[in-house]
Amino acid sequence: MAEKKKDILFQPIFDNNPIALQILGICSALAVTTQLSTTLTMCVALTFVLVFSNLFVSVIRSAIPSSIRIIVQMTIIASLVIVVDQFLRAYAYDISRQLSVFVGLIITNCIVMGRAEAFAMKNPPGVSFLDGLGNAFGYSVVLIAVGFARELFGSGSLFGIEVMPLVTEGGWYYSNGLMLLPPSAFFLIGLFIWALRAWKPEQVEEEQFVMAPNSRTSDVY
Amino acid sequence: MFEHYLSLFIRAIFVENMALAFFLGMCTFLAVSKKVQTAIGLGIAVIVVLAITVPVNNLILSYLLTENALEWTGIEALSNLDLRFLGLLSYIGVIAALVQILEMTLDKYVPALYNALGIFLPLITVNCAILGASLFMVERDYTFNESVVFGFGAGVGWALAIVLLAAIREKLKYSDVPDGLKGLGITFIVVGLMSLGFMSFSGVQL
Repeated sequence: MAEKKKDILFQPIFDNNPIALQILGICSALAVTTQLSTTLTMCVALTFVLVFSNLFVSVIRSAIPSSIRIIVQMTIIASLVIVVDQFLRAYAYDISRQLSVFVGLIITNCIVMGRAEAFAMKNPPGVSFLDGLGNAFGYSVVLIAVGFARELFGSGSLFGIEVMPLVTEGGWYYSNGLMLLPPSAFFLIGLFIWALRAWKPEQVEEEQFVMAPNSRTSDVY
Repeated sequence: MFEHYLSLFIRAIFVENMALAFFLGMCTFLAVSKKVQTAIGLGIAVIVVLAITVPVNNLILSYLLTENALEWTGIEALSNLDLRFLGLLSYIGVIAALVQILEMTLDKYVPALYNALGIFLPLITVNCAILGASLFMVERDYTFNESVVFGFGAGVGWALAIVLLAAIREKLKYSDVPDGLKGLGITFIVVGLMSLGFMSFSGVQL
C-alpha cells in the first residue's frame, strides 16, 4: 500500500505528466510563463486549488448524484478559486494584475476538473489528496522549466534579477524578443515533450500509418 | 457605430484570437483536432455557446453583481451591495447550465454529432475559451451590444483556428516525424508556427 501511495504521488511528475501526456491544463501553462514570479504564483495557486478540490470532491463523492456531478464539482472548484483570487488581490496586487484573467481561469483548468472527474470521484480522500499533489507537481515542473527559459532568454533575468546584462543597458546580451511572445511557449513545450519522450521512449505515440520501407529518406540514404 | 462593431468583430477573430494569442481552450484544441469533421462540429458548438454565454453573463454582471446593480429592485438594503466577488461562481454556473442544455438538445436531435463529440461536450464547460471570453468582457467593460459581437467573434476565431489545425494534422500523419515528437510534440510546434502567422495580423486596424 505504501508503495502504491508513492506511485500516486510521483507517477504524474514524469511518467504520466498532466501536460505532456494527458493533454490537461495547457492553457495557463502557456500564458503565464513569461516571468518566473508569475509562473511560481500560478503553480502555488493551482496546487492549492487542485489538492483541496480533489479532497473535497472525494469526501462527498458518494453523495453526489451523477447527473449533476459536473455542476457540483464546478461549484467546489469555483469557491476555492474565489478564495485564491481574493487572497492575491489583497496580498499580491501587482502579480494579480499581471495574471489578470488567468487566476479566474484556474476554474476551467482541465487538470483540476479532469482529476476530480477521473480520480477523486472513485477514490477515498487520502489518496485523492496525494493524487492532487502529484499532478500539481507534474504541472509545476513543466511550467517552471518553460518560465525559466522564457525569462532567461527573453529578458536576461530570473525573478526580475538581472543575470545576463542586456545590450540596451550597456551589457552584452541581445535579448530574444520572440521568447516573450506567444509562439515561443508552444515551441518550448513541444521541445520539452520531445526531451521527455526521448528519455522515456514508452510514451511515444503509435504511428497512425506505417511507412513503406523504401519511402523513408533515412532508409534510402 | 457599425464600424466600431465590425472592428471589434475582426479583432476578436484575428488579432486577439482566443486560441493562438491567448492560449485559451488549448486542451480541447489539441485533443479534438485530429479530424476536420469533428473539429467543425466542436467549432460550431463553441461558437453557439460563446455567443449565448458572453451576453448572458454581461446581463448578470450589470443587473445583479456590480456596485449598485440591484437598485432596480427598489429595496433599500439591496441597492448598495457590491457582489462582484461572486462573479466567477455565477459565470461558471451559467456556462455549465447552458452546456448541459446544449448537450441534451444535441443528444435528442443530432445524435451523430453528439456521439462524435463524445466526452468533449461536457468538457466545453471547462473550455477556458468560454470562461475566458466572459472574463475579458468584464475586464474590458463591454456594453451588452459589444459583448454579443465579441462573444460571436471570439467563437468564430476559435473555430477557425481548430479547423485549420485539424486540416494540417490530417496531412501531418503521413509525414516522417522523429519518434519523440510524434503526436503531441509536433502538434505544439505546428500551433506555434500558426501562432506566428496570426501575429502578422496584430497591426491590423479598421
